[in-house]
Amino acid sequence: MPDVTFTVDGKKLTAPAGTLLIEACRKAGIEIPSFCYYPGLSLQAACRMCLVRQEKVPKLQTACTTTVAEGQIFTTESPEITQARKAMTELLLGNHPLDCPVCDAGGECELQDMTFKYGAGESLYAETKQHRNEQQWSPAVFYDRPRCILCYRCVRVCGEGMDVWALGVENRGVHSVIVPNVPGENGGGDQLDCEECGMCIDICPVGALTSGSYRYKTRPWEMNHVSTVCTHCADGCKVTLGVRQSNNGSEIVRGDNRDKSGMNGDFLCAKGRFGFDFVNHPERLTTPLLRNAAGELEPATWEDALRVAGARLKEVRDSRGGATIGVIGSNRTTNEENYLLQKFARTVLATNNIDHERTTDYAAFACALAGHPGKTAGLREIPSAPAILLVGGNPTDEHPFLAWQLRTNVRLNKARLYIANSRPIKLERQAKLTQELPPGGYWRLAAFLDAGQSDFSKAILAEESLIVIFGEEFRGPAVESLIAWGLKRANVRFAYLGDHANSHGAADMGLFPDLLPGYVPVTAPGPFAEYPNLPAAPGKTLPQMLDVANGGLGALLVVGANPVTRREVDLAALQNTFLIVQDLFLTETAALAHVVFPAASLYEKSGTVTNTFGDLQMVRKASDRAGAKPDFEILVRLAGAMGEEVKKLVPFGRGAMTADLGQSRGAQAGEADRHAVWLEANGLEPRLSPFDPFAVLDEIERLVPGYKLDRMNLMTGNDVRTEVAPTQPATASAIGGEDLIVPAHDTLFTSSTLGRYCSGLNEIEAHQTREHAEAAAD
Amino acid sequence: MPRLVSHPDEVKIVSRRFGQGAANIDRYIELGGYESVKKCLAQTSDWIVNEIKSSNLRGRGGAGFSTGMKWSFVPKQSAKPKYILVNGDESEPGTCKDHLIFLHDPHAVIEGTIIAGLAVGAKSGFIYLRGEYRYLLEILERAVADAYARGFLGKNIFGSGTEFEIITQTGAGAYEVGEESALMESLEGKRGIPRIKPPFPAVVGLYGGPTVINNAETVATVPHVIAMGAAAYAELGTPRNGGTRLFCLSGHVQFPGVYELPMGYNLKKMIYEVGGGVANGNQLKAVVPGGSSTPVLRPEEIDIGMDFDQVGKAGSMLGSGGVVVIDDHTCVVEFALRTIGFYQHESCGWCIPCREGTDWLKKSLARFHAGFGKATDIDNIQYLAENMLGRTFCPLGDAAAMPTIAFVKKFRKEFEDHLNGEPCPFAREGVPHLTVV
Repeated sequence: MPDVTFTVDGKKLTAPAGTLLIEACRKAGIEIPSFCYYPGLSLQAACRMCLVRQEKVPKLQTACTTTVAEGQIFTTESPEITQARKAMTELLLGNHPLDCPVCDAGGECELQDMTFKYGAGESLYAETKQHRNEQQWSPAVFYDRPRCILCYRCVRVCGEGMDVWALGVENRGVHSVIVPNVPGENGGGDQLDCEECGMCIDICPVGALTSGSYRYKTRPWEMNHVSTVCTHCADGCKVTLGVRQSNNGSEIVRGDNRDKSGMNGDFLCAKGRFGFDFVNHPERLTTPLLRNAAGELEPATWEDALRVAGARLKEVRDSRGGATIGVIGSNRTTNEENYLLQKFARTVLATNNIDHERTTDYAAFACALAGHPGKTAGLREIPSAPAILLVGGNPTDEHPFLAWQLRTNVRLNKARLYIANSRPIKLERQAKLTQELPPGGYWRLAAFLDAGQSDFSKAILAEESLIVIFGEEFRGPAVESLIAWGLKRANVRFAYLGDHANSHGAADMGLFPDLLPGYVPVTAPGPFAEYPNLPAAPGKTLPQMLDVANGGLGALLVVGANPVTRREVDLAALQNTFLIVQDLFLTETAALAHVVFPAASLYEKSGTVTNTFGDLQMVRKASDRAGAKPDFEILVRLAGAMGEEVKKLVPFGRGAMTADLGQSRGAQAGEADRHAVWLEANGLEPRLSPFDPFAVLDEIERLVPGYKLDRMNLMTGNDVRTEVAPTQPATASAIGGEDLIVPAHDTLFTSSTLGRYCSGLNEIEAHQTREHAEAAAD
Repeated sequence: MPRLVSHPDEVKIVSRRFGQGAANIDRYIELGGYESVKKCLAQTSDWIVNEIKSSNLRGRGGAGFSTGMKWSFVPKQSAKPKYILVNGDESEPGTCKDHLIFLHDPHAVIEGTIIAGLAVGAKSGFIYLRGEYRYLLEILERAVADAYARGFLGKNIFGSGTEFEIITQTGAGAYEVGEESALMESLEGKRGIPRIKPPFPAVVGLYGGPTVINNAETVATVPHVIAMGAAAYAELGTPRNGGTRLFCLSGHVQFPGVYELPMGYNLKKMIYEVGGGVANGNQLKAVVPGGSSTPVLRPEEIDIGMDFDQVGKAGSMLGSGGVVVIDDHTCVVEFALRTIGFYQHESCGWCIPCREGTDWLKKSLARFHAGFGKATDIDNIQYLAENMLGRTFCPLGDAAAMPTIAFVKKFRKEFEDHLNGEPCPFAREGVPHLTVV
């Protein structure tokens, strides 16, 4: 649309013709109040707060439905308009309970803000207010009808945004109420059968919809709000955690993303919004455990536990060789921790026996794309891509934010979504065309598309620009053939779906027996030749390490993984293995260990993680759990306990040491900020702790191909792109096998082992099951 | 069947066939029915539109928009089907004219719908009947079925090769659905809530197609305009207000009923001559000239011609033709309460000012009338209504606010008489009280 010029409050503004006046004004810094208008959702014109005066139009107009055209003249602030807005606020407050002192929304309530601004301070009414009792719709959602101002945001975000349509309006006039979709005893809905995303709670401008886990716990201003990355699926949503001090560190009381701090805007699914309570789970480990003479695990001091573990690792390495030690890494720890873990394995433990629970075949993906930079697509690009082919996977359950992005793009931009899958998935409702594939038929997809026989393949071939998103159904040769098909064509880019918060990072950081960080083969280590004592031969894969027939390992270090359950491991394989586990809980694997270290969760540490699209983001420490330590610190201490020179592992203090020492007096004098500014200005960063993940991030940037990061963007809290192996020659992961990849297939309410300790999610899932069971019985 | 009234001043055009059994198709044809549509089939669509334009026929639903003009807004070419929508959701208190048309002359509506279809190039029409008029549906459906049986509707109407279908539908009892866009929502099976305009129905209407929505009386008038010619029809009325209309005279008059009078007919004359004056020898206190949503007129304001322009000039509206006469034994506060009670009940609840405003007005007026009013209430009631006026999503809010403001402004003294814990002055005379639902 061509730009037009119009006048608002005497100021000349320019915007594309057809832009909504409210948007054009907000972009120009002119605030127009609204309750019902919400960017991206359908227009309502119901709250009448955005009334403005348009010249030559008799009535006040709603800015949320007025589109701008050349030469229009608007007034947005005048006594008439102020009075109109004041009157709306008065009318709302007539029935709205004045329970702000106990309302969850108090302090972040849009009605409070409006009242403050327009000063509807006195009530004109002597009659009683409308009242209805509060309802609990699900473990996650409560509805307080009297507080509801009927802006219909919840109805729309649930229907249009989530494509769930669980909310509607019942009755009319002043008796109108928002109702959920499961009918109660009296006919009206009183229970929710939905995806329990909680979007309705956060989009509510007042305290009508409140969260089961947060309500009546605290006030917004009593929390610290820390923006970090969700620890659950691999989409990498930013979640802003509300943290309050508690007697054992600090307590996370709320998760939301109302500050739109990440690419997910205000979107979060049930896991992101409610799945933080594992940090306070009563079974959380807060002290190291050592197996005693009686064969039982008992609490121990960090010193004892580290001494025993370090000594035993050293002994096994020195007596039986590094090749008898195995290391299993995590899909939920940071890039820095994963990098450190493989470096620790390879340079300290002298072994390439390192692997992780692979949920998808990132190695094949990287190798197939080697030498073709710029062929991956980030999650930010999904809502504006003209055409997307989704093959395999079920984003609605496994990648809720991706599903949101796809729906948004189809809804707002009429993007063409093509879906090929062997099972029906919900996103088909947004698809332009769908193609059913036979189970196991994914490897033939490229040939099927090239044949151009069906409407589906013809439509795909006709697309000039395409993003192909594919699931774990593609492995090894299937990945290669699909990528090869795309590389033949111009403007085809890819995204590959994995399962956990940092699965992609774990793969990128070289938790492979045959690949170093950046998918560099151990047989040709390139930049990693600087590693001292790097073993030359590929090591054992995860199944091989746990295979009885392989004779068992001398020692096994498991960081944040639970292979015993996931793999149904034959326990005989671990009989003669000295097992060290770092985890949050006494998982089935940890219960077999000789030494257990209590680890900090992703919400209790700093670092970076990489989502399945290759978008890298900073993780910020939100809370503290007394007794637990980040895996990073545990590894460094373990190396120290083995008598290693820690500085070789973590290049802290390098170079900056001398310069910093003289200046730190400034910091002591309470001038920490000036000190930091000085360091930055001189290209120096304080690297005085061996536990500083940024020292490792520096090394990652220096050595790992594809991890050349836009630091400025990263430090300001944005996501930055990484590339998978942009320059390395193609080398298929030499050690392969069908059993290497075990997808988690988590649902909206499960999150593998970690999910078991999310009480809120379990409660929600039980609620869902109950409702479904009842429905089935009818 | 309700008793029909008549008066020598009446000019019977739309009501010409009332009471003559015209619901029967043969009788309708006998009385000259379906001749206009045949005439139109021989003409171009532009001719029909121009004919209606020059007849000065204005919408009988209340807003009084030029019917021909409305038709001319429909784009000639449209990717989506065009529709004719007949608004038979007659719900304005004081209005009962469409009821008689559906009862006595349903074929006139059908014929008018077909003509409208020919004028704008629509192939189907919907007749939407008020939910409470369900008992008229049988008559209407019978008429539609007869028209199909005769080949007047269907794939090849009157053997002309032209297609036209009619579908009937009843509402479910919501005043709000009388608003044209809410009616479309309702017809599409959704909640009866108005749509954001623009786009206007002529461009994006029912099921997204260009749609003409006309009041049932307007549509029933169309065949007569075609039959008698635009000029002759226009001649009957006043400048820019063509023809006649059905006035529903009710309240405290001696001879209430539906009278067809020329546009511009004097209101005072209507009450005192046609209606036989105020009943029971009482004096006139006020007149609501065009349905309950129109501002009340005082006795000294009623010497006006009843057309859209003259009533507008007098500060009220011709509206839907419902003339309600109020005698001096009636409590205006109670009347206002009764009126706002209706709008409070019928507010769809979509927008804040109407949903909350009507409710607070009703609550305040109920308390006030019950003798618990404070002096500040009178200003507050006016303030509330004034802050609804012009700010609601659809005209329902205005319909509630306008009469309220007029009642307070024009009868402030009567409000003041309710103060100081005094019982309602009219209660003392033993007038039975209206109860608010």
